[in-house]
Amino acid sequence: MRGMSWAVALMALGCLATAGAHAQGSGSATLDAAKARGQVLCGMAGTVPGFSLPDSQGVMRGLDADTCRAVTAAALGDANKVKFVPTTTQNRFTALQSGEVDVLSRSTTWTLSREGNLGLEFAWVNFYDGTGFLVKTASGVKAAKELDGATVCVAPGSTTELAVADYFRLKNMKFTPILIQDLAEIQGAFMSGRCDAYSTDASALATFRFSQGPRAADLLLLPDIISKDPLGVMVRKGDDKWYDLIRWTFAAMITAEEKGISSQNVDTFMDSKDPDIRRLLGIEGDMGKALGIDPKWAYNVIKQVGNLGEVWDRDITPMGLPRGINNIWTKGGLQYAPPIR
Amino acid sequence: MSDATIDPRLTGRAAPKRALRLSWSDPRFRAIVWQVVILGGVAIIAWYLISNTSRNLAARHIATGFAFLERTAGIPIGESLISYNPAADTYGRALVIGVLNTLKVSVIGIILATILGTLVGIGRLSKNWLMARLTAFYVETIRDLPLLLQLLFWYTVLQGLPAPRNAMSIGGAVWLSNRGLKLPTLDWEFAHTAAVIAFLIGCAGTWLWNRHARLRQEATGDRPPVWPVALCLLIGLPVVVWLMSGAPFQWDIPALRGFNFQGGTNVSPEYFALLLGLVTYTAGYIAEIVRSGIQAVPWGQWEAAGALGLKRGAILRRIVLPQALRVIIPPMTSQYLNLTKNSSLAVAIGYQDLVSIANTTLNQTGQAIEGIAVIMAVYLTISLSISLFMNWYNAHIALVER
Repeated sequence: MRGMSWAVALMALGCLATAGAHAQGSGSATLDAAKARGQVLCGMAGTVPGFSLPDSQGVMRGLDADTCRAVTAAALGDANKVKFVPTTTQNRFTALQSGEVDVLSRSTTWTLSREGNLGLEFAWVNFYDGTGFLVKTASGVKAAKELDGATVCVAPGSTTELAVADYFRLKNMKFTPILIQDLAEIQGAFMSGRCDAYSTDASALATFRFSQGPRAADLLLLPDIISKDPLGVMVRKGDDKWYDLIRWTFAAMITAEEKGISSQNVDTFMDSKDPDIRRLLGIEGDMGKALGIDPKWAYNVIKQVGNLGEVWDRDITPMGLPRGINNIWTKGGLQYAPPIR
Repeated sequence: MSDATIDPRLTGRAAPKRALRLSWSDPRFRAIVWQVVILGGVAIIAWYLISNTSRNLAARHIATGFAFLERTAGIPIGESLISYNPAADTYGRALVIGVLNTLKVSVIGIILATILGTLVGIGRLSKNWLMARLTAFYVETIRDLPLLLQLLFWYTVLQGLPAPRNAMSIGGAVWLSNRGLKLPTLDWEFAHTAAVIAFLIGCAGTWLWNRHARLRQEATGDRPPVWPVALCLLIGLPVVVWLMSGAPFQWDIPALRGFNFQGGTNVSPEYFALLLGLVTYTAGYIAEIVRSGIQAVPWGQWEAAGALGLKRGAILRRIVLPQALRVIIPPMTSQYLNLTKNSSLAVAIGYQDLVSIANTTLNQTGQAIEGIAVIMAVYLTISLSISLFMNWYNAHIALVER
């Protein structure tokens, strides 16, 4: 069986070759695949103003989109090497589980059952939010407890539908849910009067109200926030180095804002004497090597995307949302970065 | 010719069989070997797929198994035929509600689509020029537009109805608004159940009396009247039973309280839009099937029936349609299956059928494979049931050929 021995020898050679390639890999299957592809596949919504929505030139803008760009800048050195993959609330998890996307930055609420059941984990929270209600001003409703018997529009498969059901159960009130998958259809159903209230994350409600322009006064965002919704960035379980990369990308952006480093002035900090800044920008230390990426990873993130405050000012401030608890810890918010050393 | 051989076809004896030879030249042996090989190949592929999938799921720490069916659902459901409490009921019950919602729209959709499709199909063959052109226009248009667009169109039309505060009403008991059609319900008592049972007994009695009348007519030529007995049994008997049980007649009238009408029963705009869209779409296809069935009956049948003095309507009903049914039933089966499967588009307009609830379940639990397996199993069962029934009906009405 001469043919067989040649085939076996060829296979053994192939195994050795690929084994050699693995030995030089970063230790993260996702990062290696992204490097081989030359792109980071980032799952996002593509339909939410302020988080991920294409602008008039077709460029994706928003907090989730900039998160994707920051991760790509850290991983591949160029924020433009990101590929945005649109996902719906129904297929976002299967897209990440199956490997269709490398990271899911889609304003997904961090819950225990999601972290336990899906084989996915939350790397960081990029927006601390809560569930709210939007009603028509003409209905005369001023508080959520007046919504007994109302019809509420929610997106199926979201934590909002569970939070709304829990809230009405707690207050002993009844409601009728209308669950439509398409975001534009839900908003259309609410605006046409099919539902009395529209419920989703308060930030999305505020941006929707803002996008109505002169008719924003017809809509009222009720003051009650009925649940905690930390919106996070998700990755697959089992790829620890990729998980670390996402977390430390955020840590770099927060540290940059603490130190006053922005995309405009980062080059002036290259000759700083501050050891923290020198380690951050990769001038000394081997922070990049520890993560398996370029030593100038944080510099690339800050230069190409900006620090956390710049991202907020660019994407969320035009929507009229106050930063509140989404500020960095030195200014009273919840964004705290572990030291980069 | 007293010693002539008898035709073996008339003796009823089976043909002689040869023994199976274990040789490649025996066609039966070849057939068995090929079937075993192909079956084995399919089994190996299936085993490989299943073991690979479960190995990958375990490696990624994704939960597997159907244990989630026992977990509390928590998901809200807008309309259900059985009682549902998101705080206490399980995902299993939520999925059962989804199946019932799908059946609710499929069964009623099939009945209405058949009626409308048959009428439109016959209308297209009408001698009335306007009727023929209108039905042709309807069929051609409805078959050209995608079903999803038609559903969204009907849903948008129904959203144009007035708000509950300005709802239209008939007699203060029936209300029409963009929240749905509110109908009053009867407070169901035991007396009503007894009356329904009495009605069913009356149906059986009427059928028996009709059979007796027919046998009398065949034997003696004199047919006793059926209608007085039918009247007594079908109307008189239930009314008497109801009166004897106390004659309760309480109605639950819907009234506007707060945001919406409370009381009575509701036909939601989601359900109605889905039903309208599915019925008008499938009726277009059924109309063409019925028309082709009628045109398949030879023209000689029409002429002969005409020569007997039958009118056009009677010819259609008694001569042509029974023969046309042989051609109509098999394609109708596929249209019924299409309607059932098309009802899964309900997720686009917010009607919570099985696909919508199963999608929400698989999203909340993260178990995509089990969720899709449930959807596939349910649709397979429904479709196979429809197929089985239609095949039985087809065999039942088949003309026995000599």
